[in-house]
Amino acid sequence: MGMFDPIKGFGVTFSTMFKKVVTEQYPEEFHPTAPRYRARHQLNRHPDGLEKCVGCELCAWACPADAIFVEGGDNTEEERYSPGERYGKDYQINYLRCIGCGLCVEACPTRSLTMINFYELADDDRRKLIYTKEDLMAPLLPGMEEPPHPMRLGDDEQDYYTYGPELERDRSGKDEEALQ
Amino acid sequence: MTIAPEEQQTQVPEGHVKLTIDGQEVIAPEGELVIRTAERIGTVIPRFCDHPLLDPAGACRQCLVEVEVNGRAMPKPQASCTIAVADGMVVQTQKSSEVANKAQEGVMELLLINHPLDCPICDKGGECPLQNQAMAHGRATSRFVDTKRTFPKPLSISSQVLLDRERCVQCQRCTRFSEQIAGDPFIEMLERGPSQQVGTAETSDIVDSASHTSAGEPFQSYFSGNTIQICPVGALTSAEYRFRSRPFDLVSAPSVCEHCAAGCAQRTDFRRGKVMRRLAGEDPEVNEEWDCDKGRFAFRYAAARDRIRKPLVRDSGDGVLREASWTEALRVTSEALLGARAGAGVGVLSGGRLTVEDAYAYAKFARVALGTNDIDFRARAHSDEELEFLTGRVLGTSPGSAVSYADIEKAPAVLCVAFEPEEESPIVFLRLRKSARDRGTRVFHIGQWATPAVRKTFGELLTCAPGAEAAVLDGIAEHASDLDEALRTDGALVLVGERAAEVPGLFAAVDSLVRRTGARAAWVPRRAGERGSLDAGAAPTLLPGGIRYDDERARNELESLWGLEGGALPARRGRDTAGMLAAAARGELDALVVGGVDPDDLPDPEGALRALRAAGFVLSIEMRPSPVTELADVVLPIAPADEKSGSYLNWEGRSRGFEVTLAGTGALPDCRLLDTLAVEMDVDLFTQTPAAAAADLAKVCELRGSTATGQPVEAGSSARRELGTGQVWLATWRELIDNASLQVDEPYLAGTARRAVLRLSPATAQRFGIERGKPASVHTELGTLTLPAELTDMPDDVVWVPARSPVSVRSALGAGHGAAVGLAAASTEGDRG
Ligand code: SF4
Ligand code: SF4
Ligand code: SF4
Ligand code: FES
Repeated sequence: MGMFDPIKGFGVTFSTMFKKVVTEQYPEEFHPTAPRYRARHQLNRHPDGLEKCVGCELCAWACPADAIFVEGGDNTEEERYSPGERYGKDYQINYLRCIGCGLCVEACPTRSLTMINFYELADDDRRKLIYTKEDLMAPLLPGMEEPPHPMRLGDDEQDYYTYGPELERDRSGKDEEALQ
Repeated sequence: MTIAPEEQQTQVPEGHVKLTIDGQEVIAPEGELVIRTAERIGTVIPRFCDHPLLDPAGACRQCLVEVEVNGRAMPKPQASCTIAVADGMVVQTQKSSEVANKAQEGVMELLLINHPLDCPICDKGGECPLQNQAMAHGRATSRFVDTKRTFPKPLSISSQVLLDRERCVQCQRCTRFSEQIAGDPFIEMLERGPSQQVGTAETSDIVDSASHTSAGEPFQSYFSGNTIQICPVGALTSAEYRFRSRPFDLVSAPSVCEHCAAGCAQRTDFRRGKVMRRLAGEDPEVNEEWDCDKGRFAFRYAAARDRIRKPLVRDSGDGVLREASWTEALRVTSEALLGARAGAGVGVLSGGRLTVEDAYAYAKFARVALGTNDIDFRARAHSDEELEFLTGRVLGTSPGSAVSYADIEKAPAVLCVAFEPEEESPIVFLRLRKSARDRGTRVFHIGQWATPAVRKTFGELLTCAPGAEAAVLDGIAEHASDLDEALRTDGALVLVGERAAEVPGLFAAVDSLVRRTGARAAWVPRRAGERGSLDAGAAPTLLPGGIRYDDERARNELESLWGLEGGALPARRGRDTAGMLAAAARGELDALVVGGVDPDDLPDPEGALRALRAAGFVLSIEMRPSPVTELADVVLPIAPADEKSGSYLNWEGRSRGFEVTLAGTGALPDCRLLDTLAVEMDVDLFTQTPAAAAADLAKVCELRGSTATGQPVEAGSSARRELGTGQVWLATWRELIDNASLQVDEPYLAGTARRAVLRLSPATAQRFGIERGKPASVHTELGTLTLPAELTDMPDDVVWVPARSPVSVRSALGAGHGAAVGLAAASTEGDRG
């Protein structure tokens, strides 16, 4: 150890003292992420509000942390939550386990599961960190209706996948027009 | 010394051939299919239609291999599941032949052309042979860009089975199973070419009529669940398991079916402590790979909302059952039982559903803690004659020493007496059908009408009036020399069912028949626990291990084994179920201990309820509320089969052991409960766990070796039988799917039950002015039972009704098989007893 070393150490201290502070005052000051940042999950809807999730459990299967629990259910003509035969009856993500890897999103065959940039996944109560289907469902946008309700975009689920994206584009176009 | 290797290679045993598969020499028994020879050397050829228990079909073409016989290559790849091995054959599978590999990939590509992209919503996803083999043997990409063929889906072809024709690969496993194994016209292949599809007999455009044959008969098969299990894709799925879970959620445990005495091996799959489904297990000696729909689908009774999970004690104040602690319930019970023991005594009705271990605990509890032989497992019509027959011919037998499934398969002739195999023991039925179909076994039935089982076992029916079965047996030598001769051939069998107890003299007739002809007799009870209860000593004349109540020497040995004082075991003959109930009604028994007994099954349900009301104290050991718990003073909850371990003895006397499936539920097996109760009464049973009980019982069995005595059976007394005016003979037996207590909460299963009808001959119908399809009713002083009439070829002056579908005949009429009842046309269908 050289004799000037302690002083060198202070050099770092002093030089940093006058630099711009990088500390963020979170949570007092909220910092939004980049728009495409992926944090909490969301279960998306078809343009008429029906759920995209078919309860296939592929997300649960893909999850390396075993954070997802899904139970399928049978749609009936009277009580329909998604186009087609099957829907996700029970859906839970345990954020104490989720490591945010996004493998579930990749596994999802219907693009039901995506991630949004809400990242505030901390709490002092374990139970609150198990998000249920109600917590995860995407909000209803204009033109959407809370299921259960019959299929509005076509006669069967094929129509939803064939024309759904198109309809969605059309509708968002209209929304923009309406806004203007 | 060294053994020359080439010498080993050239030895081909008699009846075997030598062939080469992928360059490896193999010796195979003649007639073996190439696909299985390859499997033995570890080469799995992909397949869909091939199933070892079904006749080869060559329907899917997935198993193509290159074959060379006598040095000449066959021009095209061959289906290895239909081609038998031959000497000098050279087979090249996908492993060594590019041609075979390409052929298999091609077939797979064609199969997938019309296969929907349903995997995420398909119940087979994750355990699907098509998925697996497409990954292993298919091309990575599809070249097909056009629109797939579609069908409306799913179609329910019964209330339980759903058909998705888009997913079907036309392998015909389901249709072959239904036709060959079960013998039910369940489904058939329809149409040709690309529109080929599985369907029902009516039309290819099945929507509403899917569950009916062209004759308008609803499709039902007691074995339909097996088609779901063997379908290699998700084309057949069950309504019960629909979308309930994925294979990777499930924990599988081997189990044994608790529903009947066939003793099927099963697999129970559960998720988060809840049973999701049951599948047939594999046991070549018992159920092969099949089971019946009751065993497969009826398991939700254990998860029923109303299941009793805490002890209940009747409040002395308001007389209502209230939840109590175990300590309190056991104290109340032991005080009451000790009081009753000192008084007029206690009777034990243990029911027919116990494991051997639990039955042993009941038997020991009755003898040691209650000091009585008043214990009977028979919660149904019964007789002393039956007990004699069981002691003489059934007790202590096992598949080695007595009749087994293998014997049915080998038998030249089988006579079914008072036994309806398909309804009462479905796997026995499948074996009968198998041996009749494959080996031409002659199956004779003595009954009232040509039931589906008679037809499906290619059987010959000897009709008689209900109750006259004994006379028919006695008359065989004289009137049916053909049958007599068949029974004299080596290996002939006589199968007797539980209904025989309702016909006085029948067991004696069976006994003398087998003595005379040399055929072997087997008793096929319906309930899973009856055979085990007999050997475990839950019977009024038999102690555990086959010791007779009046055999003083054996009793003394048992006393010392159990660590009792000399003379501690009761020497008086016990009362049977009916005797105990009658005694309790008369006040000659102070308390009753009742296991899983449904009064509706008892010979006199009204009388049974009266007895329960009259008894000073009733302990009900139950799982769910029942008419017995309603009248009980204390109800103690016990574990269903899934939540305990133990073993059943099936009808062959084969031990069917099983482990705990759902661990840690806290529910107690009967043996543990009785052990604790006995401790409260200052007695040690040493049956804390099923394993301990089994070990204790094994020691008892060593004493006397528990064997059938072979004593002749004396005919029970029978009153003279005559019909009054307006009366007919009543024939009745239980159907597989009915309103039994273990079938609650199963709407899909219930939908596959046979339609309840009242059967009678056209002449009888005419005499009573009854029309086909119109309601008709049978009645006694006690009540009336009305069902739609069905005209059947059967003896005149006889009606047949199902015993518990929709209601119990016993409780509606207070009469059973062989009774004389009134018959009349009914105006409405509303007034069911
Ligand atoms: S979110 Fe997607 S992957 Fe998960 S169950 Fe629903 S459809 Fe399947
Ligand atoms: S339904 Fe299943 S078992 Fe039947 S033919 Fe189709 S794929 Fe085969
Ligand atoms: S045949 Fe009997 S043992 Fe087998 S599954 Fe059916 S009820 Fe259970
Ligand atoms: S398995 Fe051989 S043709 Fe189907």
